Amino acid sequence: MKLVIGIVRPDKANDVLEALYRAEVRGISMSRVQGHGGELDRVETYRGTRVQMGLSEKVRFEIAVSDEFVQATIDALCEGGQTGEVGDGKIFVMPLERAVRIRTGERDHGAVTPVGK
Amino acid sequence: MSALLAAAPAAVDTGDTAWMLIATALVLVMTIGLGLFYAGLVRAKNTLNTFMMCVAALAVATITWALVGYSLAFDGEAKILGGLGHAFMSDVGFVPREGTTIPHLVFFAFQGTFCIITTALVSGAVVERMRFGPFLIFAALWSILVYAVLAHWAFGGGWLAQQGTLDFAGGVPVEMGSGFSALAAALVVGARKDHGRQALLPHNSVYVLLGAGLLWFGWFGFNGGSGFNTGENSVLAFANTLLTPACTLLTWFVIDFLRNRQITAIGAATAIIVGCVGITPAGGFVSPIWAMVLGVLVTFPCYAVVALRPRTRVDETLDVLAAHGVAGLFGIVFIGLFAQKDWNGIANGLFYGDAGQFWSQVVAAAAAPAYAFGMTYVLLRGLGALMPLRGSDREEAIGMDIVHHGEEAYVTGEGAILIRPEAEEKPVAQPV
Repeated sequence: MKLVIGIVRPDKANDVLEALYRAEVRGISMSRVQGHGGELDRVETYRGTRVQMGLSEKVRFEIAVSDEFVQATIDALCEGGQTGEVGDGKIFVMPLERAVRIRTGERDHGAVTPVGK
Repeated sequence: MSALLAAAPAAVDTGDTAWMLIATALVLVMTIGLGLFYAGLVRAKNTLNTFMMCVAALAVATITWALVGYSLAFDGEAKILGGLGHAFMSDVGFVPREGTTIPHLVFFAFQGTFCIITTALVSGAVVERMRFGPFLIFAALWSILVYAVLAHWAFGGGWLAQQGTLDFAGGVPVEMGSGFSALAAALVVGARKDHGRQALLPHNSVYVLLGAGLLWFGWFGFNGGSGFNTGENSVLAFANTLLTPACTLLTWFVIDFLRNRQITAIGAATAIIVGCVGITPAGGFVSPIWAMVLGVLVTFPCYAVVALRPRTRVDETLDVLAAHGVAGLFGIVFIGLFAQKDWNGIANGLFYGDAGQFWSQVVAAAAAPAYAFGMTYVLLRGLGALMPLRGSDREEAIGMDIVHHGEEAYVTGEGAILIRPEAEEKPVAQPV
């Protein structure tokens, strides 16, 4: 059981969702975050005040999956999130100690497996 | 229109002038209202660019209007195009234009605000993808090549006015002019890259409603001012501007409810526009009751086009064709059916015994769309051969606000570093 965290460009979020759907990965959380990953800074001007925008809008996916789905999830994040330019984001995979489905109390493997599988 | 003004004296009337000064300002605020309406309908990353296209019309179309547009529309009674007698605003002063009772300058300014809003309207077809620079050039050329020509045909004594077409406040140049140009612009510029693949949703429906409200408010000046006086036709148009959109709103509610069991806010905002557009050409010519009937009937074709458009590949993004082209065409034809001399003092429609008026209206309803579509198509094709009309897919994905304006509508400022002027010699974009 792993927790896959994928941080991608907001304009690629839909592509990632599509790719995850095709990979039959359900159970997804996503949130808008701001981050910096070494891309060029944007300069914006507001009424003569020039600012360097250090942080860019990103979308963070959090996906808890059973071991057999880890590679498929990573592939889907890469496929949907890639543009080839600096700033496409990162994927972090970390071990997951426990998972509980609140509705039924199912634990671990059962809790991260989509209903009806 | 010209018949309306034929017998008027050439002295300035203070009451008429006072009203027309206000009406001009009312029409000007419509362009900002339109900006808000359009900005709410696009995605958050394109908010400013969409609004700025309307703001751009305020700059560009005003200047073209003053330099040549007004003259081409309103100098002389040639069939196709006005002369250059008023170019650079020559002979536009305090003496009233023939047939009006307001200073020529006020007439010029009032008509100028029409040119501005119409130019801004067309932007609805190309938002979220067209580059800002080419849009400025397009807006300047369009305001002359399309708007001024159509305004001459219908308002300035051109061939449509000569053959008897009635158009109170701009069904020909404003509504059909913008609507069918929008269709051509959408075809030439092409669809947004995600069109038909992803749901591209309005990001702020409150802007849309507020914009529609501002437009309706301004439309009292637009329609109520198009008699250039405070006479009966103007008063009739003013009252009808209240009645027609109300009926369109309720009809839209009913259709929404029957189709989806829910009444939508964006539908309501659209209905306000459709109603206002429908009564624009007919305002001073049909009775209040017929204006209400117009409000009900105009809803159906416009609703149909709004509902069908997403099923096509044509990304006429903000439904300018449905809300302006179709509604304006409907209003123009409606005059030919239900105009009433008892109310307007000028002409009867088919149902009151004058079939000729109906045909005059039909001619306008065929000629204006054809010209607007054809000329805009050629203009944008030509412009597209000289410069790219749209940016890369990558730029479109980032959003027009950042790419073309270097600003964001909903910036938080978190993580932003102030660039002090003394540090300016550093390169503006650098890896950290």
